[in-house]
Amino acid sequence: MSKIKAENVNVYYGSKQALFDVSIDIAEKEVTALIGPSGCGKSTFLRCLNRMNDVIEICRVEGSIKMDNLELNSRKLDVVRLRENVGMVFQKPNPFPKTIYENVAYGPTIHGIAQSKEEMDQIVETSLKKAALWNEVKDRLDEIGTGLSGGQQQRLCIARAISVSPEVILMDEPCSALDPIATAQIEELIDDLKKEVTIVIVTHSMSQAARVSQKTGFFHLGKLIEFGPTDKIFKNPDNQQTQDYITGRFG
Amino acid sequence: MNLILVTFIILLAFTSYYFGRKKALVIQSSQRLTALPKFYGYYLAAWCAAPALIIFALWSVFEPSIVKTFILQDYTDQNLTKNELQLIYTKVKALAAGTYTGNITNFLDESANKYIQLKGIANSAKVAIILAILIFSLSFAYRSVQKNDRMREPVEIFLKWVLFVASLGAVLVTIGIVFSLLFEAIRFFQAVKIFDFIFGTHWYPAKTFVRDGQPDPELMKDAFGAVPLFAGTFFIAFIAMCVAIPIGLLSGIYLSEYAGRGIRKYAKPIIEILAGIPTVVYGFFAALTVGPFVKEIGNAMGLEVSAESALAAGAVMGVMIIPFISSLSDDVMTAVPQNLRDGSYAMGATKSETVKKVIFPAALPGIVGSILLAVSRAVGETMIVVMASGLAANLTMNPLESTSTITAQIVVILIGDQQFGDPKTQSAFALGISLFIVTLLLNVIALSVVKKYREKYE
Amino acid sequence: MTSLDPGLPEEEDRQLIQMVSYKYEAEVKDLLLKNPDYLGKIVPIKLTASDDVDQVHKGNYPRDIPEENRRVNDYQLQIYDMLNERGDILSEFNISFFTSPDSREAELAGIASSFMGTVFSILVCLAFSFPVAVLAAIYLEEFAPKNKFTDFIEVNINNLAAVPSIVFGLLGLGVLLAVFNLPRSTPLVGGITLSLMTLPTIIIAARASLKAVPPSIREAALAIGASNMQTTMHHTVPLSMPGTLSGTIIGLAQALGETAPLILIGMVAFVNTIPGTPVDPAASLPVQIYIWSESAERGFVEKVSACIMVLLAFLILMNLAAQIVRHKFEKKWS
Repeated sequence: MSKIKAENVNVYYGSKQALFDVSIDIAEKEVTALIGPSGCGKSTFLRCLNRMNDVIEICRVEGSIKMDNLELNSRKLDVVRLRENVGMVFQKPNPFPKTIYENVAYGPTIHGIAQSKEEMDQIVETSLKKAALWNEVKDRLDEIGTGLSGGQQQRLCIARAISVSPEVILMDEPCSALDPIATAQIEELIDDLKKEVTIVIVTHSMSQAARVSQKTGFFHLGKLIEFGPTDKIFKNPDNQQTQDYITGRFG
Repeated sequence: MNLILVTFIILLAFTSYYFGRKKALVIQSSQRLTALPKFYGYYLAAWCAAPALIIFALWSVFEPSIVKTFILQDYTDQNLTKNELQLIYTKVKALAAGTYTGNITNFLDESANKYIQLKGIANSAKVAIILAILIFSLSFAYRSVQKNDRMREPVEIFLKWVLFVASLGAVLVTIGIVFSLLFEAIRFFQAVKIFDFIFGTHWYPAKTFVRDGQPDPELMKDAFGAVPLFAGTFFIAFIAMCVAIPIGLLSGIYLSEYAGRGIRKYAKPIIEILAGIPTVVYGFFAALTVGPFVKEIGNAMGLEVSAESALAAGAVMGVMIIPFISSLSDDVMTAVPQNLRDGSYAMGATKSETVKKVIFPAALPGIVGSILLAVSRAVGETMIVVMASGLAANLTMNPLESTSTITAQIVVILIGDQQFGDPKTQSAFALGISLFIVTLLLNVIALSVVKKYREKYE
Repeated sequence: MTSLDPGLPEEEDRQLIQMVSYKYEAEVKDLLLKNPDYLGKIVPIKLTASDDVDQVHKGNYPRDIPEENRRVNDYQLQIYDMLNERGDILSEFNISFFTSPDSREAELAGIASSFMGTVFSILVCLAFSFPVAVLAAIYLEEFAPKNKFTDFIEVNINNLAAVPSIVFGLLGLGVLLAVFNLPRSTPLVGGITLSLMTLPTIIIAARASLKAVPPSIREAALAIGASNMQTTMHHTVPLSMPGTLSGTIIGLAQALGETAPLILIGMVAFVNTIPGTPVDPAASLPVQIYIWSESAERGFVEKVSACIMVLLAFLILMNLAAQIVRHKFEKKWS
């Protein structure tokens, strides 16, 4: 089932065009990986899905992106509601310089999700459990989140993203700053999470895309070159450019 | 009265905040809230307080002048000058307040009664209007709370306006400076020709003091020539820069290129504290220690030295500016990219060659900018010259004689009670505006030079 | 005093009295009121010496110049030497310097009124400049669109920071006193004038520390659905506070030492009462330094030095506080 349907998306930074006519169907409760050489526009596309491009003043998005038939690329859209439903995890772990508890509780607080302290404690606990961090931090919830190790910080950021029970989570190269062990933990986590949420992950590591995703899209120079089931993309791509990239001839 | 009204509005705003929150909790039971409950409270409170307070402020600003126009209408047929009208109005107000002690004429009495009456009407009108606005805006806001409209966005737009108005504050200060200076300066230039001011070579404003009537125009012409002040200002600034530039630059070079981490760690904060010593302290030092010292040395060498010599004031001012130049030039040179240094060392240049041939030229625009800023400071410096240099405006280029500056004259003229409307007082504002223009030019040039420099290496 | 030698001729009596501060009548009266049983007895009491005797005692007056050029005559010197030999001249720590207001007599003058004036001015300055400056900085750094008008505001603030302080004094005189009719010579007007000066300093510091908050924090908050305003108020502003506060302290320290603008708005008036509110006339510490250093009496030089030490102690404390705030609480962003 399609969760997000993008049609003819064009993105401009000032006069420079960064995305050309991207159309893609992202399926529900699956992991979709976006790969491609750096600067190919995959992160730009990802940021269209929760309107993070709004932060960049010169950025202009054209085309249609629909999530469950709701037009995302519309002036009238309540961005705050959208981002409550579409969480995001960034390349570098960016927990708030506050306690672990406050980090996870921030989203539910501003959206008024928890009605009482007990409810909030419950949300924090389940989010941290889902992020596979609970056992490591349950005794030190009031320690500062930035004091954790890199992998733990990134899992904390994932816990923060799922605390508001989003339908979609966007991940922008979530493992690029982590060591292999932490990376493996995150990948395992992604596998668990896809039972409940739709995940779109941008990655520069092709093996990661192959490991975690069901669908893969290959971007090059702002264009979506090929999109299909991960197996097919990696074993038998239709497009020569994809073939070259997968086999390491460029990128 | 006003205090009660403002307190009432603020109390009402607080109550409506709690009321709004409570209302939100009620709405929550039947439909989804558009924002956190507290935003419903903020929304009501903002609609309650903002319109009423804005109207209140506008009213308070305009009421006095409107009342004044009404009162003085009765006097239009008497052909009075502006000052006389002002005097009458002051009398009327004093009479109404019961503090008037002079002769009471019938006419004055009538005006005072009218004044009291007008004030009464104005007050009740103000209360009525503000109450009406409160009722109107609160009921309007309450209706949208009931309809469960979006609450967060309007509150945030309101906050954004508050932030915007605050940032206008800085612009208002500049406008205030320009207008207050211009207003008095223009009146001054009505009495004294601008040509005489800029090119005249005699500055004796005390000469124009006349107990009654207008001062002699011939006297005026020769009393307000600002050339000696301009010359004195730049002369003392020049002496200061002669002291400050070499020492400041050398210390900046040492700090950025030669000093170890340990020295830098302690030297930087100490220099910051040095830069923070009040100028009145330097002034005291100059007047009490350096001035007499310079005089003694000069006398020993057989020179005629004034106790308030330009040299003493300039030298102390230079010392004051050293930390300023030192820390600015240190910043500028630290900002020179490391790869320039590496490039020079890689070619086998020594440290001093690198500093002289590579870093200093690369940092030159930034250094020039900081020197210009320092000159602007020297020109605007007041207390050192007030205390240590002379107060008589001599046109001289001899550092051993006493001379005066723009800033020192402003202080001399305006210390004690001022009489607005007196050309002597106004001349201080004319001096002020020349000072403002000179420093503004220096700052604009310096800041743009520094900005260009920063962009180059960022 | 008179008891040293009752039956003195009138002229000598007068000279004797000149050797103690004119406050002696009050000092004797207070002593009697406290100890009524002293009445009619002869008791040794301590009186404040006049500034001239004080200077003789400290050796600041040369004694070998002709009598008519001296402020202390031969007779007074003789009495002084006699008292000094008997050990009756004591030097004590001058507590009253901190508790008394200004005076025309050097030996009585204290910094209490100017100190309170400074405290009130700084508080008024803080109350006006800090909120406006922080709000303005937030707007300019986080919300302002990039256009000509915000550029203009920015240029304005940078220039304002470099306008000579005396120009702000003219502004205070021409607008606050002449247009708004605020009370002259008061810390209220002084504080507002200083706050206009401090405003750009705090804005620049606050903007710099807002800018130093890494964009990743903003993105994190935005991505979880915080609005721009919430992101700013919940994360960016609290994180920028250490830098803003240390900038504010530096700005206040500058305002604390500022003299010229306060002279123009009349805070040089001679005030011999201790102000209780910001609308009472007062001097300020730096202005007090200026007033005393313009006085002819040698005794004031020491007062000025003491006052400078008090002022510098404050400035160093404030600077230290600023640096501690900056280093202890500022987050180091990797």
